[in-house]
Amino acid sequence: MSGVDDRKGIQAEFDGLLGRFRLKVSLTIPPKGITALVGPSGAGKTSLLRAIAGLTRLPGRVVMDGEVWQEGRLFVPVHQRALGMVFQESSLLSHLSVRDNLLFGYRRAQGPKTMSLDEVVPLLGLEPLIGRSTDNLSGGERQRVALGRALLSQPRLLLMDEPLSSLDAQSRAEILPFLEALHRTLSIPVLYVSHDAEEVARLADHVVTLNAGQIVGTLQPATPDPLSPLSPNQIRDLARQALEAGIKPNPSAR
Amino acid sequence: MADVIWTTVKLASFTTLLLLVLATPLAWWLARQKVWWKEIIAAVVALPIVLPPTVLGFYLLLLLAPSSPLMELLQPFGIQSLAFTFPGLLIGSIVYSLPFAVQPIRNGFEAMGDRPMEVAATLRATPLNAFFTVAVPQARRGFLTAAVLVFAHTVGEFGVVLMIGGGIPGQTEVISVKLYQLVESLQFGEAHRLAAGLLVFSFVVLLTMFLTERRARKTAP
Repeated sequence: MSGVDDRKGIQAEFDGLLGRFRLKVSLTIPPKGITALVGPSGAGKTSLLRAIAGLTRLPGRVVMDGEVWQEGRLFVPVHQRALGMVFQESSLLSHLSVRDNLLFGYRRAQGPKTMSLDEVVPLLGLEPLIGRSTDNLSGGERQRVALGRALLSQPRLLLMDEPLSSLDAQSRAEILPFLEALHRTLSIPVLYVSHDAEEVARLADHVVTLNAGQIVGTLQPATPDPLSPLSPNQIRDLARQALEAGIKPNPSAR
Repeated sequence: MADVIWTTVKLASFTTLLLLVLATPLAWWLARQKVWWKEIIAAVVALPIVLPPTVLGFYLLLLLAPSSPLMELLQPFGIQSLAFTFPGLLIGSIVYSLPFAVQPIRNGFEAMGDRPMEVAATLRATPLNAFFTVAVPQARRGFLTAAVLVFAHTVGEFGVVLMIGGGIPGQTEVISVKLYQLVESLQFGEAHRLAAGLLVFSFVVLLTMFLTERRARKTAP
């Protein structure tokens, strides 16, 4: 960190074995914005996320906004950590309705509520789903509910484990704008695991690359992409204009 | 006849209620533990399925008879012997039907997987709260199956209740034992009524369970 306030954000260090896989990382996540965690499958992205959440116990240290979650023998259990987690595959509680899923964490959250149902429902376009059971929801709808549920648990850190990877291209295209809207409104740090370059380009402020259980590169803050606020059609128009102006695509710059 | 039916229903109801309470933590432990030796415990729990009821009844009789180690322990509480008593019969039924309660509940917990409990934890639910608000409702079909099987199995048991109950009218005489005594004394008319009643009862119980399961499967994912 640049020394403005060392106590803000998340410091996470782990060095431990998961079976024969060794995760050895030291990571600082800035207090705001989306940090993408990228890398090939098997790099340890999910393991790192689970270790930060406390779902997997690895030797190490986790400090969140100056609050120690793990250090030495101290280990704050998952349910006492103010975090929200969106899992890779749909993890809605099937015995509860959409509304009760959304409110599961909200009802159990301690302290003042900064996120309310009235706020989260329109943000994620959940109005038509709120009265339904969790059966017969599409993959994209389920992940939106899961995201809303995580936000309503009043997290101070949001962990997302490839939330779009189990979705087809159409559902993914449908949910991305919601994530971008969230990105603009959310004031808590987000750690976002992904192996999709487009998602990362559209959402991430910082990028951390993991390989074989180690951090091999960090990019922060990412240079703002001048194309990211544009729609695909606008980008196509720009490309056409460039071609018409005589600019040839460079095959090595892929 | 009425007191025989009453004793049977009372025994089956108490056995079912107590077993659901006792089997649930055991089933949870068996479903969640990752150590290999849990299967030793699982095998011990499952023993009553394969053991002849008379073997079980014999050991239970020794355990519940006066001056057994268990009765020595209970002596300070004024209990000398539980053989040929209703509480003794209840203990026997609980042991005898234990696998029929543990196995379906364990299956229910295992079918749920780890994820719902992890989700609950990330949503601030304490482990105990998550158990009652997530695990139990998720495994509800396992509980239903366990309750029906235990009740029906207790109504149908014969060897164990004969060994440790002795068939004392009004206390430990249940339908299956009564039926045996009726046949022995050649009272076939009475025997027919009891046998047919038990047959219809068992069929209705199983049919109800299968229909409920079918409905649950339609509404659950």
